[in-house]
Amino acid sequence: MDLEYSAEHEAFRGRVQEFLKGWPLTGAESKLPMEEQEAIFRKRGIEAGFVYRSVPKAYGGSEQPRDAIADRIIQEEFYKVGAPRDLLTQGAGMLVPTLLEFGTEAQKERYIPPALTGEERWCQGYSEPGSGSDLASLQCQARLDGDEWVLNGQKIWTSSAQRAHMMFGLFRTEPDAKKHDGISYLLVPMDRPGIEVRPLKEMAGGHEFNEVFFTDARIPAGNIVGQRGQGWQVSRATLVHERNLIGNPFMMREAFSDLLALARSRTRDGRPAIEDPGIRRRLAEIEGYVQTCELSNMRQFTAANRGEMLKVMRPMMMNKVFSTDTMQRIARCAYDLLEGDGMLAPLEEELDKWGRTASPTGWVLQYMFSLGPAIAGGATNIQLNIIGERGYGLPRDLRRTS
Amino acid sequence: MDFGLSEEQELLQETVRGFAQNECPTTRLRELFDAGTGHDPALWSGLVEMGIAGLIVPEEQGGAGMELLDLALVAELLGEFAVPGPFLGHSLAALGVTLVADPAQREAILPGLADGSQIATVALQESAFGFAPGEWTAKIEGDRVSGTKAIVPSAGQADRFLVGLQGGRLAWVDAKGEGVRIEPVEGVDRTRPISTVHFAGAPASLLGGDEASAWRLLDAASVLLAADAFGAASKLIDLDVAYSLSREQFGQPIAQFQAIKHTIARIATDIEPARALFWYAAHAWDHLPEESARAASVAKAHLTDRAMDAARQSVELHGGYGFTWECEVQMWFKRIMFDRSCLGTPDRHRERTAELGGY
Repeated sequence: MDLEYSAEHEAFRGRVQEFLKGWPLTGAESKLPMEEQEAIFRKRGIEAGFVYRSVPKAYGGSEQPRDAIADRIIQEEFYKVGAPRDLLTQGAGMLVPTLLEFGTEAQKERYIPPALTGEERWCQGYSEPGSGSDLASLQCQARLDGDEWVLNGQKIWTSSAQRAHMMFGLFRTEPDAKKHDGISYLLVPMDRPGIEVRPLKEMAGGHEFNEVFFTDARIPAGNIVGQRGQGWQVSRATLVHERNLIGNPFMMREAFSDLLALARSRTRDGRPAIEDPGIRRRLAEIEGYVQTCELSNMRQFTAANRGEMLKVMRPMMMNKVFSTDTMQRIARCAYDLLEGDGMLAPLEEELDKWGRTASPTGWVLQYMFSLGPAIAGGATNIQLNIIGERGYGLPRDLRRTS
Repeated sequence: MDFGLSEEQELLQETVRGFAQNECPTTRLRELFDAGTGHDPALWSGLVEMGIAGLIVPEEQGGAGMELLDLALVAELLGEFAVPGPFLGHSLAALGVTLVADPAQREAILPGLADGSQIATVALQESAFGFAPGEWTAKIEGDRVSGTKAIVPSAGQADRFLVGLQGGRLAWVDAKGEGVRIEPVEGVDRTRPISTVHFAGAPASLLGGDEASAWRLLDAASVLLAADAFGAASKLIDLDVAYSLSREQFGQPIAQFQAIKHTIARIATDIEPARALFWYAAHAWDHLPEESARAASVAKAHLTDRAMDAARQSVELHGGYGFTWECEVQMWFKRIMFDRSCLGTPDRHRERTAELGGY
C-alpha cells in the first residue's frame, strides 16, 4: 500500500495542471456560448492526450496507452477546476464503447466522431411500458422490408429523446426466437416519419424523459450493430458502461461539502445547525458512507491497475446501490435541515440544474431527484438481485415464464 | 499509487486463516464459548508460534517489525473466526510500550512480549464512559500506581498491565504483584473476557507519554476493533448465505425469496465496501499522521455500527433459531457488541470525527 504517486506520475500531473491553465477560456473565446467553449477545450484536451484516451485517433479519440493512474490524475485535476472532459452522454458514454466492441468499420467512422464531440446527440431506446426489469420481454418490433427496417411499437423513459438526433435501441426482429435471441440492436435516426416523441413530466417538475412512438417508421437495413438476434449481448456491454457512469466519488465528496455548507447556513435553536450535537453525529455518520465510497473506489482502481479485477467483483457490483444510497442519505439530511422550507417547490429555473446546489429549493429538488439515479440503469431492487445471485451464489428468482 | 495489499500481506492472511480453520473451527469455538474463560493456552501459543504476539514489536526487540495494517489484517481474521484470547490487549500493550518507553525499558519489556513468554494487556478506560485520556485519573506516586480501571480485556491471563495514568502517561505493572486486585466481570462476549482491575500502590515503572501519545494508542485500538468487527460481519454474511440455502419453506430454499436475498445483499453492501475503511485507517496510522486520528474514528464508528446492524439482521434472518443460544450467530453478534462498545461508541467517535473535521 502506497498512496504516493511516482515521480513520473507527479510529472504527468504537472503537465495536466499546466494544460488546465487554459481553462476557463479567455479573450474572445470566453464570449462564446458555454457549449462552444467546452467543445473548443475538449478538442484541445484530445490533442493533448488527456480526453477520450481509450478511443482510437482514427475515430476522434486521443488513443493513449492504458494507464489507470494517469486516468485518475486526469479525472482528479479536471474535476478540481471544472474543466470539460470526456462527455458522459448516452452517445459518448454508452454508444461509443458498444460500437468499439461490436460496430463495423463504417459504423465506427460514421458515428463515433460526432458522438464524441456531442454534435450528434443520442438517446437510448430500451425500456417499454411492459418491459422494465424484464427488459428481454420487449415487444417493439422491427420487420425487414427490402432494404429497410420497419419499426412499430413504443419505448418509454427515453431520456433526452426530445433533443436527440439518433437513438440506439433494442427491437424484436425475430418474433419466433426465444425472447433473448429475438432482439437486435438498431441505430435509429429520430427525424424519420412515423417517430413521435411525447414528453413525460417528472415528479420533481422537470422534463427529461419521454415516450417514443414508432408507427411504420423506416430506417436503413444496415443500421444494425452486431448480427440479427444478437442485440441482447450487444446491449449488455452498454449497460455495463452505464453503471460505470454512476457513482463518481469526487461528486460524492462535493455533495457532502455542500451539505456541510448548508448545515452552517441553517439555524437551529438560534445557533448554526452545525453546532447541534445530533446534527454533527448525523453528518459524521454520512461521512462514513462518503469515505467508504471513495476508498472502495480507490481499491477497485488499484485492482484495475494491477490487472486483478476478479478480486473486486463484489464491491464493483455494489457501486451503484452504494453510491445512489449515499446520495440519498445526503439529500435526506439536507432536507431535514430545511425544516419548514422543505415545503417550497423547486424553482422553474432550477429544474434542469440538479446536482450541486446551495439554495433551499435546490435541495428540495435534490431530495426528489436523488431517487432518479437509484431507479435508472437497473433499479436498486434489481441490483440487489444481482449482488445476491452473482456476488453470493444465491438462487435466481423463480420465473413463471422463460 | 496503490491501495491494495501486498503479496506478503495476502500470505499473512492465508496463514492465519489456515490456522484458525484448523485450530478454532466452530465446534472448538463453541466449547470455549460455553466454558466462558475466553482463553485457550493452546490457541494462543499457536498464534505466538506464527509470530503474531510480536508482529508489531520492532525487530531489534525480537519482533517482526511489521505495521499496524498487518496487525489489522490479523485482527480481521481473528474476528472472522471469533478466536478467543488476549490478542487485542497484548498487541495494544506492545504498541504502547513501543510508542512511549525509553530504549532501556523497551529492551527490558518487548522481547518477552514478542516471544510470548509474557502476556500483557491494557488498562485504560476507567468507567463505562471515560475512555478519553483526558478523563483518566489513575496516579503514580514514586513508583507506585493507584486507581481503578474498568473493562480490562483478558486481565486474568495477563502477566503485565499497561496502565493509563492522568495526563495520558503510561505505566508498566506486574499483574501478579502486590497492590493489584482483579475483579472479573461477566462480559457479553465470551471470547474476550473483561475485568475491573484495582491498583492500590502497585509497584510500577513509569514509561512516559502524554495525551497525544495516548490518543495515538487509542487510534490503533480503534483500527483493530474496526477490523475485528469487519471480520465478524463477513462471517455473519457467510452464515446467512449458508442458512438461507439450506433452510426450506414452501418447498424452496428461503434464499430464493427476495425478502431474504435482498436482506443478505443489503448487509453485504453495507459491509464489503467498508473493508477499505480499516485498511485506510491502518495505513494512515502507519504513514499519514495528519489523517490518522480522523480515519481511525471514522473506521471505528462506521464499521462497528454497520457490523452491529448486520448482526441484528442476521439473527432475524435465522428466525426463531437465530434467537437461541444454540445458533452460531450469537457468538459473532456478541463479538461485535464488544467491538462497538469498547473504547468509544460510534456516537463518541462521530463527535470526534466532526471535531477533527472542522464541521
